[in-house]
Amino acid sequence: MTTPSTPQAQYGSVSAPEQQWQAQTGYVSPVPLRRATLKDALASEWTKIRSVRSTLWNFAVMLALVLGIGTLIALALSRRDMPPGESAVALGFVGVLLGIMPVMTLGVMTISSEYGTGMIRTTLTACPSRARVLGAKAIVFAALTFVVTLVATTLVSAVLLFSLGGRTTGALWGWATVGVSAYVALIGLFALAVGALLRHSAGAITLMIGFVLLPLVLALFLAASPMHGLQDFLLEYSIPSQLGVFYGTSMVQGAPGGWEALGIMGGLTAVFLGLAFFVQDRRDV
Amino acid sequence: MIEAVGLTKRYGAKTAVYNLSFQVRPGTVTGFLGPNGSGKSTTMRMILGLDRPTAGHVTIGGHAFRDLPNAPRQVGALLDAKAVHGGRSARNHLLSLAQLSGIPASRVDEVLGVVGLQDVAKNRSKGFSLGMGQRLGIAAALLGDPQVLLFDEPVNGLDPEGILWVRNLMKMLASEGRTVFVSSHLMSEMALTAEHLIVIGRGQLLADMSVKDFIAANSAGFARVRTPQTDAAQREKLSAVLTEAGGQVLPEQDGALRVTGLALPRISDLAHEADVRLWELSPHQASLEEAYMRMTQTAVDYRSTDDQLAGFAAQQGPGALLPDAAAPVPQPVPQQGWYAPPPPQPGVPHPGVPGSGPVPADQNPYAQPVQAPVQEAAPTPPSLSKSDDTTPEDAR
Repeated sequence: MTTPSTPQAQYGSVSAPEQQWQAQTGYVSPVPLRRATLKDALASEWTKIRSVRSTLWNFAVMLALVLGIGTLIALALSRRDMPPGESAVALGFVGVLLGIMPVMTLGVMTISSEYGTGMIRTTLTACPSRARVLGAKAIVFAALTFVVTLVATTLVSAVLLFSLGGRTTGALWGWATVGVSAYVALIGLFALAVGALLRHSAGAITLMIGFVLLPLVLALFLAASPMHGLQDFLLEYSIPSQLGVFYGTSMVQGAPGGWEALGIMGGLTAVFLGLAFFVQDRRDV
Repeated sequence: MIEAVGLTKRYGAKTAVYNLSFQVRPGTVTGFLGPNGSGKSTTMRMILGLDRPTAGHVTIGGHAFRDLPNAPRQVGALLDAKAVHGGRSARNHLLSLAQLSGIPASRVDEVLGVVGLQDVAKNRSKGFSLGMGQRLGIAAALLGDPQVLLFDEPVNGLDPEGILWVRNLMKMLASEGRTVFVSSHLMSEMALTAEHLIVIGRGQLLADMSVKDFIAANSAGFARVRTPQTDAAQREKLSAVLTEAGGQVLPEQDGALRVTGLALPRISDLAHEADVRLWELSPHQASLEEAYMRMTQTAVDYRSTDDQLAGFAAQQGPGALLPDAAAPVPQPVPQQGWYAPPPPQPGVPHPGVPGSGPVPADQNPYAQPVQAPVQEAAPTPPSLSKSDDTTPEDAR
């Protein structure tokens, strides 16, 4: 009843430790055993992420924000409004900044919904390697976010450029599409790491929104105080101004460029993801 | 084969499991029993590598769970029927688990058929009843055709047909040579399913023995004695004689007497000498449920108290619902239902605990079948013979 009628080719060959396992136990499945790999975990995580509605909704909201706001700007402005030397592509910034919110939400939900529903126990029973599960989640989520954001930013850049004109360079185009998409994917990954650490959807999402918006808000209130150093730092390195870097607009002079922004976000994400791997491996679920 | 050695788990100051050592062998269904909060689920989670033991270790087929090369192909587990993402369809849930260990998608449809969920495979599991959730969890456990199976409370929420199905499934899986480890607090269910029992209470091992030994070691049988109902004096007379001879006599609600501490032939002799006619003299062996209650009653953490409705007392008229404390009427023991004899005395070796050894059968006057005294007794009216609780309550 519980045995497939024909052994499947996918199961592959049998290695020595698996044969040893089979030798010392009573029942032996007619289907040979093979080691599970990261590739299996990637397939599983892809099934998981495509089979829940929150993925669809969050990406739909993100696309609506990026494309909708971009299109509204394109309709509201005319070619004469564009200052000389400015590229229309840079106007896509507002939509992407808001579009980060659903991406962060999805990043958190990808892992914290497993904790919230108890699914994590089922998952880790089916795959005891916690690093493999988290790794596969991170890869699938980051790749999917990158692709969807790339589609959104490419479309909105094309719409803006077509309707408003203005000069643009290949480098600016590249930063405003591929660069921004990589940056958004990294923020999403950072949210996923925070979600894995906190294991609580609402808490992690709130924390991430605060992380994106609070430094800039704080900086605005520091204007009258003598803490100009701190204000400049916050203005320079807050997420919105870092995102602005990719569009060639920055709030303060001497702000870091696109590579630096990616490096900072990448480093931060790597640290938190590493922490998540470390903590998750030791924690009871 | 599951082997636990000195397994201990502490959560802060609370010790959930303490120094638990046992083996679960292939080819039989092993029941894992204990009251609520006794550490069953914690032990299950430690076996599955979800919780780290504070001390000790547990292996499956000689490997720690987290070292298994492909866990679902070797160990299938149902931990919690609701441990699924409710927004995912049953089929996608199983598919994601199958892909995790390289099991082909065709196997998913196979197990959906086995558990009878093929018609709702496309539905989101959020709308599933508890019983459907259990079926989904069992499907996940069967997915990898594993050698070892763990089920935590598998019959919770199942309908009678489902309970029967699970019972037969467990037995069939064990008969194929698999190791089947089933936790439950439903003793009556285990009596029908398991051959071997591991009983824990407050996180410690109480018993590790076959079901047959468990009943023999822990049950206290009793004799039911019935005198002609027309003559209350005869009943009083017999009661006095039996008490004098060293037996404990408890009245039952319908007028019969429940006698412990005296062998059946002795009761018959005493009745004969006292010139009391008997309508019934029958041996009663405690069911597994009674044996379990007796063993765990000292280890129960969550015990209910009587609802006195004292919080409402001020709102009610004088005298309403006030218990009449002035008349201590001896409560008759219920005719049916479980009856737990007093707990083992301190200092006396507990019969169920390994080390103190099972009680020899001759210490228990009712452990061996006593045929002759029953025939010797006066013929039992057929209407009374049905009140026989030697059969487990769940054998309906």
